[in-house]
Amino acid sequence: MSEHVLAIEDLTVTIGTRRGPARAVAGVDWSVRPGETLALVGESGSGKSMSVLAATGLAPRSARVTGRVRLLGTELTELPEARRRRLRGRHVGFVFQDPMTSLNPVLTVGRQVAEAGEEHLGLTRRAARSRAVELLDLVGIPSAAQRVDAYPHQFSGGMRQRVVIAMALICEPDLLIADEPTTALDVTTQAQIVELVADLQRRLGTAVVWITHDLGVVAGIADTVAVMYAGRILEQGPVDAVFGAPSHPYTSALLAARPDPAAGGGDLVTIAGAPPNPLDLPPGCAFWPRCPVRGDARCEHELPPLVPVSAGHQVRTFYPRRVDEEAQ
Amino acid sequence: MARFVIRRLLQSAVVLLGVTVVVFLLLQLVPGDPVRVALGTRFDPQTYEALRARAGLDQPLVVQYVNYLGRALTGDLGVSFRSGRPVTTIVLERLPATLSLAVTAVLFAVLIAFPLGIVSAIRSGSLIDHAARVFSQVGVSVPDFWMGIMGILLFAGVLGWLPPSGYVALTEDPAGWASHVALPAATVGLVTASILTRFIRSSMLEVLSEDYVRTAEAKGLRTRVVVLRHVLRNALIPVVTVVAVQLASLLGGVIVIEVLFAWPGIGRLTYDAVQARDYPVLQGAVLLVAALFLLVNLLVDILYARLDPRITVK
Amino acid sequence: MSEHSERTSEGQLRRALSALRHDPLALTGSVVLALLVVVGVAGSWLAPSGINEVDVDRMLQPPSWSHPFGTDELGRDVLSRVMVAARVSLQVGLVSVGIALAVGVTLGLFAGYYRGWLDNVLMRCMDVLFAFPVLLLAVAIVAVLGPGLLTATVAIGVVYTPIFARVTRAGVLSVREQVFVRAAVSIGASDLRIMRRHVLPNIAAPLIVQTSLSLAFAILSEAALSFLGLGVQPPAPAWGRMLYDGRGFVTEAWWLGFFPGAAIFLTVLAFNLVGDALRDVLDPRQLTVSEARRSAT
Repeated sequence: MSEHVLAIEDLTVTIGTRRGPARAVAGVDWSVRPGETLALVGESGSGKSMSVLAATGLAPRSARVTGRVRLLGTELTELPEARRRRLRGRHVGFVFQDPMTSLNPVLTVGRQVAEAGEEHLGLTRRAARSRAVELLDLVGIPSAAQRVDAYPHQFSGGMRQRVVIAMALICEPDLLIADEPTTALDVTTQAQIVELVADLQRRLGTAVVWITHDLGVVAGIADTVAVMYAGRILEQGPVDAVFGAPSHPYTSALLAARPDPAAGGGDLVTIAGAPPNPLDLPPGCAFWPRCPVRGDARCEHELPPLVPVSAGHQVRTFYPRRVDEEAQ
Repeated sequence: MARFVIRRLLQSAVVLLGVTVVVFLLLQLVPGDPVRVALGTRFDPQTYEALRARAGLDQPLVVQYVNYLGRALTGDLGVSFRSGRPVTTIVLERLPATLSLAVTAVLFAVLIAFPLGIVSAIRSGSLIDHAARVFSQVGVSVPDFWMGIMGILLFAGVLGWLPPSGYVALTEDPAGWASHVALPAATVGLVTASILTRFIRSSMLEVLSEDYVRTAEAKGLRTRVVVLRHVLRNALIPVVTVVAVQLASLLGGVIVIEVLFAWPGIGRLTYDAVQARDYPVLQGAVLLVAALFLLVNLLVDILYARLDPRITVK
Repeated sequence: MSEHSERTSEGQLRRALSALRHDPLALTGSVVLALLVVVGVAGSWLAPSGINEVDVDRMLQPPSWSHPFGTDELGRDVLSRVMVAARVSLQVGLVSVGIALAVGVTLGLFAGYYRGWLDNVLMRCMDVLFAFPVLLLAVAIVAVLGPGLLTATVAIGVVYTPIFARVTRAGVLSVREQVFVRAAVSIGASDLRIMRRHVLPNIAAPLIVQTSLSLAFAILSEAALSFLGLGVQPPAPAWGRMLYDGRGFVTEAWWLGFFPGAAIFLTVLAFNLVGDALRDVLDPRQLTVSEARRSAT
């Protein structure tokens, strides 16, 4: 038995598009242990969501997925689709970005929360329904026993996201995947949802993969972090190590671009340039064209390897930044 | 919900009133004197005066319309210029033939279009999807009467399996009815099926790309459950409307098909009335069809509101 | 401001044309249409025989080298008649859709631009016309006006007017709130000028799509009317009428039923292929009303 809940190795996802294959994820490794929170960080299109969807068998049909994925010690890539589906439903819960669209408009919320319980726990319809009421109550939906028969459009965005969380938790999953669950919500609600997930995680001991571009959230809740760019991991390690001593220019730039309330509302720093076209990725470091360090021809033509800088802390660059340089 | 129904009812009533105006004005558009035109060579002063008076043509236009409307509301649509029989009776006599043809055709269409549309969306890009797209493109482009003629050629002429035309009432001889309805219903049904297939396919594809379908897949539900519970329910809500609109327009008489197959329905009645310049019958048939059309559309909207929980609260 | 709106409509046209060139189906459709136009314009010169050359010795001859589509019950050459009839179909189709386009767009523009009671009255009138099945209304109109080329054209035009009014109105409603229209209003441009320079170019896409699809329906409707004897009157040939006349002989002389119908089918198919390709490029989420209403007969 592996001690990881979910571990992916050398995962590559190529998506067939009308204008040729687009490499969305390129040789990514990461893993998450029981009760631990892994944050996947990056801009849109960096492959952070795609790596998770592909690992759990939810990639679009046009995607070709290679690599190894172990969920609770079982190699998923060798399983027939039906077994992968059952494992996914039973052990992994998903919370997606936009609660306005991720709930089915014509089914009651109770039905949508309950159905995975019927499918995977063999609950009767009645038992699944009362379990759904418990969960709606657990995620903080007021008068859950009445609201269970309401339709999604009768809830606010924040409440809908709570419903989605209840839905993800019905089978008491070992792993919760939260794909930018707060992006579509207003700031106050965002904080409540983050709080809720963190609280549930403490009580239920669930491992969490939190996909986000909000570094503030990462610092608050994650144990480990992986920074992705153009389908590759550029830096990963314990949150304290990565945030305390960012060794990749991209990580530093991301951290610098973060609006810092303590700094009293200074100018927002942005990273110049745009991520590369996934249909036409450069041979060397994909960040090189935007890199403030801008090493040399080697960066342009040769892919830097992922090298360790401290315990569990790895970085993909020829020019890792030293901790002493980081002192301000 | 009650307010929605009442509002829709009022809207339909206003449109129906407009329909009666149009139908009434049809007679006024006839160049010259419609009764004289209708009688043609059978003209004799006595019949002429009687028909004119009966149609109220000797009065001012507005009075004529108010009278027409008043009588129409009591079910009196005048008398035929040809036979002198009440138009309401004549039109209602033809309803069963049209109804049985339209319903059979729609059933036939639904049986083809639903499986084909659903499978072609789920297996998008597959062979069956391509076949479905060719079928629907051909179906919407083919003139149904041409297909009917080819059907007669093949099934009545070459194979000799089915009668080329004619009608037997369902209540008299179900087997005879079935053999007579098969060709016209298949002809109309194939065209309807192609419209439905296209619509179902695009509706399904739209729903399949919705986030909540990915949510359902993420839950590890079986494909069958995802499709039946999450995709179909949403995809079919608009499809119900289209099926009903198709049915309504078929009730309005597949004039050409009824003429081709000598099917004595509303469409054939309309055609005969046009040929005989029997304007009251033409008016009656058109009015009845438009009223049916409006009624079906009204029912569909109410059904739609029942199916989609988002509408009821508004 | 006006540059902006003109650019978008020109850009759309250019995109549409390039799409037609790259989509094999649409290209086929366009080629068929081009051939049809040639036959429609020059049919009487190109036809191998006169359309009304009655020859009792050559009645109901099957297709042969001298009569590729066979001869009819009066010994007339079917190929020649099919070729000459192309003009009628195209002419009725183009003129009737032209009428529907002109009237429908005008009504839709005014309804959508001024809203209020005018909108209500106009659109309720369109609802009334929409309450009749397409062919039934056309038949009724032709029946009272008297059969013939002109009345059939007018009737089909009337029947297809509401759809253009609806598409236009829907477009106007979404465009009129956009910044460049509001800006034009604020600098005091006249209503007509705003409609012509700013609104119309921005709703060109759905109208182009609707026009090409309506041409397909209109030609089907014309064929149905002439099948019922309400279109162009004999001895002038029309595809629908040829089918009607040939239906009684179809078991002995299949070519009488086959070729005129195939001509209608190919014409309508060509318009549909082009229309669908245009929609895919210009307006992929066009109102489904027209889709649902594809019953022209």
